[in-house]
Amino acid sequence: MATREVTNEAGMAEFLRQARCAWVIAKKNARVYYLKGPVLTFGIVFPLFFYLSFAAGHDAPVEVMVPGIAAMALFFTASAVGPLVTPWERQARTFERLVTSPASLSAILAGDVGAGAAFGALLALLPLVVALALTTAQIGAPLPLLAGWLLGATVFSSLGVLMAAPSTDTPSQVMMLSNLVRLPLIFVSGVFVPHAQMPKWGQWLSPLSPLSYCADLVRVGFGGTAYFSVTVDVLALAGFSAAFMIAAHFFHRRTRDRAI
Amino acid sequence: MIVKPDAIVEPSIVAEGLTRRFGEHVAVDHVTFAIGRGEIFGFLGPNGAGKSTTARMLTGYLAPTEGRAIVAGFDMAKHPSAARRHIGVVPEEANVYADLTVRQNVLLMAELHGLSRLERERRCGELLQTFDLEVRAAQKGRELSKGLRQRLMLCMALVSSPQILFLDEPTSGLDVASTKMIREVIARMNREHGMTVFLTTHNMDEADQLCHRVAIIDRGRLAAIDTPAALRGRVEARRSVVVKFAGSGAIPSDVLPRPDMEVEPLVDGWRVFSPEPGPLAQQIAARTAELGLRIESLNTLSPTLEEVFLSITGSAHGHP
Repeated sequence: MATREVTNEAGMAEFLRQARCAWVIAKKNARVYYLKGPVLTFGIVFPLFFYLSFAAGHDAPVEVMVPGIAAMALFFTASAVGPLVTPWERQARTFERLVTSPASLSAILAGDVGAGAAFGALLALLPLVVALALTTAQIGAPLPLLAGWLLGATVFSSLGVLMAAPSTDTPSQVMMLSNLVRLPLIFVSGVFVPHAQMPKWGQWLSPLSPLSYCADLVRVGFGGTAYFSVTVDVLALAGFSAAFMIAAHFFHRRTRDRAI
Repeated sequence: MIVKPDAIVEPSIVAEGLTRRFGEHVAVDHVTFAIGRGEIFGFLGPNGAGKSTTARMLTGYLAPTEGRAIVAGFDMAKHPSAARRHIGVVPEEANVYADLTVRQNVLLMAELHGLSRLERERRCGELLQTFDLEVRAAQKGRELSKGLRQRLMLCMALVSSPQILFLDEPTSGLDVASTKMIREVIARMNREHGMTVFLTTHNMDEADQLCHRVAIIDRGRLAAIDTPAALRGRVEARRSVVVKFAGSGAIPSDVLPRPDMEVEPLVDGWRVFSPEPGPLAQQIAARTAELGLRIESLNTLSPTLEEVFLSITGSAHGHP
């Protein structure tokens, strides 16, 4: 039987409608999942003490320690809740509500990424501001710092949403996977140890971690020198973001039916 | 009678050979039907028959393995978002956002449907009033009883004034007041706004009262589809006379025209089955008078939809 078709003009309107849906979902996520005391506390405290526990024994200079803490905080906060949103929604049976709304899967995932990125970018400012106030560290190049901050938040949030793809409604299972992926990335990203001082295997693995490029840009922002280059950092972060989002869409689509 | 999609001039919902397999298990097997605009369509079946799976394919939550779903004129596989702009969904399990207030839950769905701020506020206010939720507007989803959550889900489904409303067991486990309210609102929305309603239910009375047509699905296959009256007509043998004799616990054996008639004891009387209950009632009345007995009540009874359901699905593999 004949069906109605969506024209090209309607296609553009549809894109704008989906962008709006993504915005609505991001606002909902912020309200429901992010603005909670424990989430806020965990987002700040965990990366801070994780780094300090390492840095305390290594007499790290301020110009290494502050960009490291900032990049770590951004990494942990932006990727913290994303892996849990979809399992929480599946558990509460609200995912069905979203999927049967006019929001496409792309819009739902974009909303999840947007909320995670905004949460990470804003919350990780706190240790950054504290470090600027209490140490001699200074921002030397605001643009690379801003680029690293925004792109880093996006790529880490996309990684979080990608990790939410397994067809489970048990958040603890996803958390295990999330930590399994995130924790090793820290050690090869030049956050604790400058790239030049890393063992050879670490230097080979470092380009595979998006945190390496983010930390590099933040380091440049604080007046340090780039290990890769600012252009490579920006392109790599943009590429990782796109790859994670495309992969997230692919896997979420595949696992959606299995999760029912 | 299976109504082919082409037989409905202006269908709101069309299922064309909808099939869904989960591994080796065929949950829905080549189901085909069409639902006209403004129709209330009941979808009945035993547990695990494929009701919810069919509803999920029609709402785009689940992709069919074969066949296609056309909703509001749009192929759900090609243009899911365009189709979903015309539908409201009340899924089987309560799924409001527990950390959002009643009002925020409704406004969230209104925003996802792209309503303007003014329109959102207006529709939200109207619906909260209709479903008697105004005083609970600031309460969190988690603080609501099951009945109130179900009312809220209807508000969320109706806030966009959809052309088509999908309801999956909307009154299951609810108190009498909430059930009555929900049924009244569904009937009113259909009557006043011409809303098409796809209703899956276990409740035969509900289907009988609300639905213009019902379909019965059994083990993934469509077993029957027709108006409730026509379906009841299929089981002529289940027509009956209900009689109660004054001062008598047992049915007097000489009252019945034939001794081999099927008789069922009721709490308060007897039910005698016959394809022609009118003449049977007259015969019972005449024979009772001849025997000098007195009848306290005598009624003819059509078969219930539940009896139709059981005769089609069989009672051996599950009751509704």
